[in-house]
Amino acid sequence: MSAVTPRGPGLAPAAGLAVEGVRVVYEGRAVLDDLALRVGPREVVGLLGPSGSGKTTLLEVIAGVFAADAGRVSWDGADLAATPAHRRGFGLVFQDALLFPHLDVGRNIAFGLRMARIPRAEQDTRVAELLALVELPGFERRSVATLSGGEAQRVALARALAPRPRLLLLDEPFSGLDRDLRVRLAADVRALLHRVGTPAILVTHDEEEARAVADRVVRLADLQPGPPQGPPSGPAAHDPV
Amino acid sequence: MDRPRAPLTARPPAEISTRAVAWLAAGPVAMLAVFVAAPLVAVFSQGLAGGLAAVLVDPVTWRVLGYTAAQAAASTVLALLAGLPAAYVVSRLAFPGRQVLVVALVVPFVLPTVVVGLAFRALLPGLAGTTAAVLLAHVFFNIGVVVRVVGGLWGHLDPRAGRVAATLGARPWQAFRAVTWPLLRPAVAAAAALVFVFTFTSFGVVLVVGDPAQPTLEVEIYRRAIQLFDLPGAAALGLLQLVAIAAALAVAARLQRRLGTVQPLRPDAMSRPRVRHDRALVALVAAEALLVLAPLAALAVRSLRVGGGWGLEWYRLLWNPQGGTTRDVALADSLRVSVTYAVVATVLALVLGGSAACAIAYARRGGDALDTAVALPLGVSAVTLGLGLLLVSVSGPVDIRGAWIAVPLGQALVATPLVVRTVLPVLRAVDPRLREVAATLGAGPWRAWAAVDGAQLSRAAAVAAGLACAVSLGEFGATAFLARADSPTVPVLLVRLLGRPGEANAGQAAALAMVLVLLTAAVVLATERWRAPGTGAL
Repeated sequence: MSAVTPRGPGLAPAAGLAVEGVRVVYEGRAVLDDLALRVGPREVVGLLGPSGSGKTTLLEVIAGVFAADAGRVSWDGADLAATPAHRRGFGLVFQDALLFPHLDVGRNIAFGLRMARIPRAEQDTRVAELLALVELPGFERRSVATLSGGEAQRVALARALAPRPRLLLLDEPFSGLDRDLRVRLAADVRALLHRVGTPAILVTHDEEEARAVADRVVRLADLQPGPPQGPPSGPAAHDPV
Repeated sequence: MDRPRAPLTARPPAEISTRAVAWLAAGPVAMLAVFVAAPLVAVFSQGLAGGLAAVLVDPVTWRVLGYTAAQAAASTVLALLAGLPAAYVVSRLAFPGRQVLVVALVVPFVLPTVVVGLAFRALLPGLAGTTAAVLLAHVFFNIGVVVRVVGGLWGHLDPRAGRVAATLGARPWQAFRAVTWPLLRPAVAAAAALVFVFTFTSFGVVLVVGDPAQPTLEVEIYRRAIQLFDLPGAAALGLLQLVAIAAALAVAARLQRRLGTVQPLRPDAMSRPRVRHDRALVALVAAEALLVLAPLAALAVRSLRVGGGWGLEWYRLLWNPQGGTTRDVALADSLRVSVTYAVVATVLALVLGGSAACAIAYARRGGDALDTAVALPLGVSAVTLGLGLLLVSVSGPVDIRGAWIAVPLGQALVATPLVVRTVLPVLRAVDPRLREVAATLGAGPWRAWAAVDGAQLSRAAAVAAGLACAVSLGEFGATAFLARADSPTVPVLLVRLLGRPGEANAGQAAALAMVLVLLTAAVVLATERWRAPGTGAL
């Protein structure tokens, strides 16, 4: 079995993730149009695109937290249309760590284990293991408010890895950090992903960063046959009550 | 509720001296001392001296207190059950007609209580005089409170937190329980406390739709003071009232401290209703909004129903001095009285509330104490305040009974905390660096203040004025104690008409109530567009 599955139609059986013909329309405009992407079983793919090009939307479609208007997402050939986010086993890490503010570091990392009803003692062992992996040993009882940006992002990564996801989705995970930290964390993440062997999609607008982490780098625009899309947009209608 | 103050915005303008702040605070403090603190002291002392012992051993007291607390607790639970889905729908989902839904749910809060009581009588004549009618009317008023307080926070929670939880294996319900609910709890507790206090001290609604044999504390205070002229007894009940509310607020404050966590505030994208259960929720809340509008529709129908047909007869008769049997002035005269009082009360409340808000925002020390002091009338019921003013007039040096200014003054005291709550968050949200930018562009200190804070202040003042005016137009608790018999306001007159039989009286009451509803709604909607996004009134 090759470590890297080259992209191309008609390769069967499709091991890993396959995205086909995905289309997302927002306010009458196609944010994603007829998009196709494959990620092999141990592959780390870097996905490049300017901000507003629909990268986050694509990750949310893959994770199952956002419904596409058309298209198919499958894993090992099985369609995931009927599988809700909480049963897909895809981990998601956003640009800002989005740690749960009412839980400490340990409880944040254990969240997915708690959802899977894993016994408390086993949770604690796994949390300690993951904190060691992201080089924050002994941080279990720390409040998330006391973490630096880099530490928070490591905890978010540990939280996503804890339930042993089949696929990890990273949405600009370093872009909130300063340059030095970004380069160091990117190298750490590459080493870490290879150690645990989890396939991943890293979305970024920074080509250098993509190359530092990924086995293969693709541009979002190259995944869609149509002409490049218009101005940036997101599913946003800001209007607080 | 205010959002937590960002460190950046805590900096007051350098040119506003401590002395200026003291001057700003002086007016509100003096007014509070004379017209709130002194009346409350009067309630306390006369309650203690006079009837407290007798009232405490009277089983009627405990029955009234128990009923008041029970109906308030039931109203709170029902308002939360109806309001939480509504808070979710209007703060988290984007869909056509959302803004209309928000208005339909929030506007009832400022409608006159007496009018809403009449509207419920028109909608459900069979239910008048029952506890069920009281509970329904309380839910009607307070869905908007829950939507504003809980929805205000819910709209600022990052929706991606729920998505992260889903990718970690949480079902939608688990994600809500484990992530959203803990963050929302402080706001839910705050909303519950507000609704409990509002419904515990509700007066107009209970008087109009409640069971006459089951008075609440408010109604009983009013009955003893105005009908029996048993002022010591009324003062003793007022004292119990104050103690009960203070206890409720203390419990709420402790609960909130215990529940308080760091809020990840982020004005973020709303999601369209994407899945079936969300659409069902939107439909449910739209149905709630229709139910909220139903009593008003019934009132409108009642006011247009003349004999067997339809017409504007009742509206025409309002302006006709011969329209009634024993009146020598037209019913519409009460509109003139109400509007005049409301305008005066609004000006008073704006001056008092505006200067208090500036003093609180710019004070280097003591701002929080002043903030608490001006919120005091919110926690005191309007009836107790009215009773206190009456007691001070009877025994004290200033007799405002029969004075023309008494009613607008009472209304202004009720409206002032709302003005502060509207203006203060806006002032606090002004980025002080904007003033510095203005200064570097050549504006002197006061020019810079006027250009930056002044502009925000005038918008907030417009919204606050609308709110104060609406509250004054519908105010009944304090007004009932202070209004002169020969110049009643609309709500006072409506309660009087309620006691008179005949279709003509009922029809004209409905017509008069409709005019007041339209007037109130027009005032609120006209000023609402100046509201800056994200600044709630409560």
